[in-house]
Amino acid sequence: MTYIALDHWDLAIAAGLLVINAGLSIAYGLGLERKLAFAALRMVVQLTLVGLVLKALFAIHSPWLTGLAAMVMVMFAGREAIARQERQFSGLWSYGIGTGSMCVAAMLVTTFAVLTQFEGIAWYEPRIAIPLLGMILGNTMNGVSLGLDRLLATATAERAGIEARLMLGHEARDAMNGAMRQAMRAGMIPTINAMAATGLVALPGMMTGQILAGVEPEEAVKYQLLVMFLIGGGTGLGVFAAVMLGSRRLIDGRDRLRLDRLRAID
Amino acid sequence: MLDVRNLTRPGLHPVTLNLGVGDCAAITGPSGAGKSLLLRAIADLDPSEGVVALEGTDRMAMSAPAWRRQVMYVPAESGWWASRVGAHFADRDAAAGFLGRFDLPADALDWEVSRLSTGERQRLALIRALALAPRVLLLDEPTSGLDKEATARVESLLHEHLATGAAILLVTHDERQAARLSPRGYRIEAGTLTEVEDWSHGAGRNA
Repeated sequence: MTYIALDHWDLAIAAGLLVINAGLSIAYGLGLERKLAFAALRMVVQLTLVGLVLKALFAIHSPWLTGLAAMVMVMFAGREAIARQERQFSGLWSYGIGTGSMCVAAMLVTTFAVLTQFEGIAWYEPRIAIPLLGMILGNTMNGVSLGLDRLLATATAERAGIEARLMLGHEARDAMNGAMRQAMRAGMIPTINAMAATGLVALPGMMTGQILAGVEPEEAVKYQLLVMFLIGGGTGLGVFAAVMLGSRRLIDGRDRLRLDRLRAID
Repeated sequence: MLDVRNLTRPGLHPVTLNLGVGDCAAITGPSGAGKSLLLRAIADLDPSEGVVALEGTDRMAMSAPAWRRQVMYVPAESGWWASRVGAHFADRDAAAGFLGRFDLPADALDWEVSRLSTGERQRLALIRALALAPRVLLLDEPTSGLDKEATARVESLLHEHLATGAAILLVTHDERQAARLSPRGYRIEAGTLTEVEDWSHGAGRNA
């Protein structure tokens, strides 16, 4: 098979499908047409820009620029992760905890992958490091966001039960145990489900893309497996770090539950 | 035994009071005046400033859980974290000893929390605390969900608990109960605690 380049007309025709969606939204009064159009437009602009940035990065091939691009990606992921949360820590804590744990997990796993899986290339090889980081970051962001959201929601909803344990002299980390476990499960389950369903229910986008671009299926599968393992590892580390840090922030040195450190987002 | 000196937090003006061995003091006042804020501050459940000490030992000299095991707050509506009643008791035997005295059947520990009535919850929460034998009980409306008979029973058990050398700080809206249980009374209004001078003549006479 050979690689078939797409031209702009191919994309425009595919985008026509969204126009049908928008039409349905208008016909049934769903009120989604503006959001749909805006999201699609955002995607086109963002991906086009990313394509240009990647092209430049690959051409310049500098460790500094690769590192800078990675930092920018992490910061956007952090902003995106907290924007989805119903409850947040006041101040910069939500951003710090979310971004910090994502950053550590994604960087660790990406570096690990680059160093162990792609021998003979530099760690900053942008053609490998940046797409990998993007994949891992996207999924870790989901996990961290879900985990933190569940942690804060559970601690708020089960305040009476948690404080009852504190009143009886239990340590805060024991009192928080239930909420932390729920949060870690909430953060990890999408990744576990995705691994279980991959290949049967859905063909992963990355693998599909590679096959469409002319790569042999077995090779595409191997890359997909690698990416899924990295995603699983990154998400697990990120969720664990975020939930541990988040629950630390929810309690204080005198084993109190500090819901006053949250602000509600409506 | 319990010394509170200049204890303050947002919503509460500096409070000074002390409880001796076997002592009970009652606090009355309108809702929102700061009664629960005060009890929570003494139990170190919210940040506060001032000195709180048990038998001369400042609470900061021990871990917060150790402090709360000895100075135990029981709110009007206690929380539950497991689905069965029994899971909330560290020592089931100690708990079982109290059940009959609170008019609860011996199998109450196997009940589901979601099926408890308000009165059952309130009594079980009190047993949960009493079974741990704290030195000081901070009780917030301990009989608000109980009928007259059950209230009398709880009061007599609290009298017994005092006789073992414990102390109780009692918040209640019921001035007669305050007078029955406590020889001393305080009133709290808009975050300010004052001792009621003619307690035995005023509130006490209505008992």
